[in-house]
Amino acid sequence: MSKMNMAQAVNNAIFLEMERDPDVLLLGEDVGAPGGVLGVTQGLYAKFGAKRVIDTPISESAILGAGVGAAAVGLRPIVEIMFCDFIGVAMDQLFNQAAKMRYMFGGKAQIPLVMRSMCGAGLRAAAQHSQSLESWFMHIPGIKVVMPSTPSDAKGLLISSIRDNNPVVFLEHKALYGVEGEVPDEAYTIPLGKAEIKREGKDVTVVATAMMVSRSLSAAEKLSADGISVEVVDPRTLSPLDEETILNSVRKTHRLVIVHEEVKFAGSGAEIAALVAEKAFDYLDAPIQRVAAPFCPVPFSPVLEDEYIPSEAKIIAAVKKAVRK
Amino acid sequence: MSANREQMISMYSTMLRIRHFEEKVEELVFAAKAPGFCHLYIGEEAIAAGACATLRDTDYITSTHRGHGHLIAKGGDLKLMMAELLGKKTGYCKGKGGSMHIADLDLGILGANGIVGGGPPIAVGAALAAQYKGTDNVCVAFFGDGASNQGTVHEGMNLASVLKLPVVFVAEYNAYGEFTCQADHQCIESITERAQGYHIPGISIDGNDVMAVFEAASEAVGRARQGKGPTVVECKTYRIKGHYVGDPQVYRSEADVKSWQTEDKDPILRFKKQLIGKKILSKKEVEDLDDSIRKEIETAVRFAEESPYPETKDLLTDVYAG
Repeated sequence: MSKMNMAQAVNNAIFLEMERDPDVLLLGEDVGAPGGVLGVTQGLYAKFGAKRVIDTPISESAILGAGVGAAAVGLRPIVEIMFCDFIGVAMDQLFNQAAKMRYMFGGKAQIPLVMRSMCGAGLRAAAQHSQSLESWFMHIPGIKVVMPSTPSDAKGLLISSIRDNNPVVFLEHKALYGVEGEVPDEAYTIPLGKAEIKREGKDVTVVATAMMVSRSLSAAEKLSADGISVEVVDPRTLSPLDEETILNSVRKTHRLVIVHEEVKFAGSGAEIAALVAEKAFDYLDAPIQRVAAPFCPVPFSPVLEDEYIPSEAKIIAAVKKAVRK
Repeated sequence: MSANREQMISMYSTMLRIRHFEEKVEELVFAAKAPGFCHLYIGEEAIAAGACATLRDTDYITSTHRGHGHLIAKGGDLKLMMAELLGKKTGYCKGKGGSMHIADLDLGILGANGIVGGGPPIAVGAALAAQYKGTDNVCVAFFGDGASNQGTVHEGMNLASVLKLPVVFVAEYNAYGEFTCQADHQCIESITERAQGYHIPGISIDGNDVMAVFEAASEAVGRARQGKGPTVVECKTYRIKGHYVGDPQVYRSEADVKSWQTEDKDPILRFKKQLIGKKILSKKEVEDLDDSIRKEIETAVRFAEESPYPETKDLLTDVYAG
């Protein structure tokens, strides 16, 4: 075990997989010699060289496309789309090419590609560098969507993603990079599609992702002082979604609050709410609550951005509404 | 490098195979036997035949929505192609892809592509893998004048140039981007002008002259194999058929089309005349070849027609790899 922050955990996962498998390579803007725009890929270039850690032009379509083509013929590329907001100029290579090749070609192609990308608000980076877009990716059959909330999850999930034979979108919340945790030193995997109960409780289920997990845990701690026992479930993988863990938790607590940072309208929480309404409606004792960003772009001014990101107070209020206290 | 006798006959056969295949596909679409959208390669056969004649099975191609010709030239199985076009379970993609999504990874065919300009970035990736693994395999990216306006093509060219990747960008200048003529969709006369912007050598040739295509492609493929990076080979041709089967083609006159179907311009008639003139094939041999290729196509159609459709239970298979 070592204490690592999430950036180091991501770096460590890439390092170990590149060391283990010569078919793994990393491509992206400034991922090589500069070590990444926020330093996440530092040291990889020095260790593995320019052949395996490739600095590319600012060309998201070419970066992703190169990953798709290389994966189609047998490599296991990790491509970095620096900020997930930048996927807009390259979406075709992800959703029309990578995601569909296996199906379109009758199961004869396999695209073991990881697209790492930073998401999330909180760094005063405004509307084009702060979004959470996980529901965009969830909507596309053929890709998997992973969103870790802790350093140890990030490492195990990234190793699984690299070893997976499908395109995986791996979303790293930039405000979590500096958050530390205990991380096993060896290479290990956390299965994709498996949620984790981060805190057990009996009165209400809170399903939260990425930065909202720690915020929900902190809210849960405060709520316990009011006698409310909160169970916090982190799906960790949004596609495939671990329906059973969520449903079982709701069957136990009879109440559901969903917390995510992307906008509420047509967000990932809508899917989770629909899942519970379809499959566990009879277990619900209260309407489902969603705590999420409002339907506007991510604002710049700290005053506005802080209002935009779901706060602990809003989570507490939603839980109290769900338990009617 | 010039093509030898054997290669010339092989290229002629490929061109003929594409022409007869496409004529049959048109018939099947009009007979409502081949569902969906079909884009025919008639008139452009010399490009696929000439370029793919310079490739090995281990080389890669990326194709386009007008992809049947590329697939046939790279060795695609006519029966599996025809079955796919008819939406049959025995098709290349088990009926899940159709005309615009046929691939054969074992032959290095990384797929036709329904997205104009979708292929070149993927070609760059295949070439990156070829270089990474230390092979001298190359990838040919076919795309049209229409696609040359897509950012993906520009990004692909730039990345291939920067990393010196073994890609041959074969620009099929067929004079139309869907319904819009070339002069109305770009202000350049040759796509090789765009190659200059990426410091890539570009050559523009008569794309209806299969020998010229073969020579230019040989040189470009040779450069790529030697690690000298990408080349743009522009092949000027003419799309004889509409954008898709059934296109009313109100944007051009019949006379324009006819002017490209003469003995001097049609790539197959031209090459046939050359082959007979040079006594590489006799008239009888040309006729026999024609007959045997028609029979191949008929066999493929029969295979396709007699094949079963997919079962509805197959709907959800192959979304993810295990």
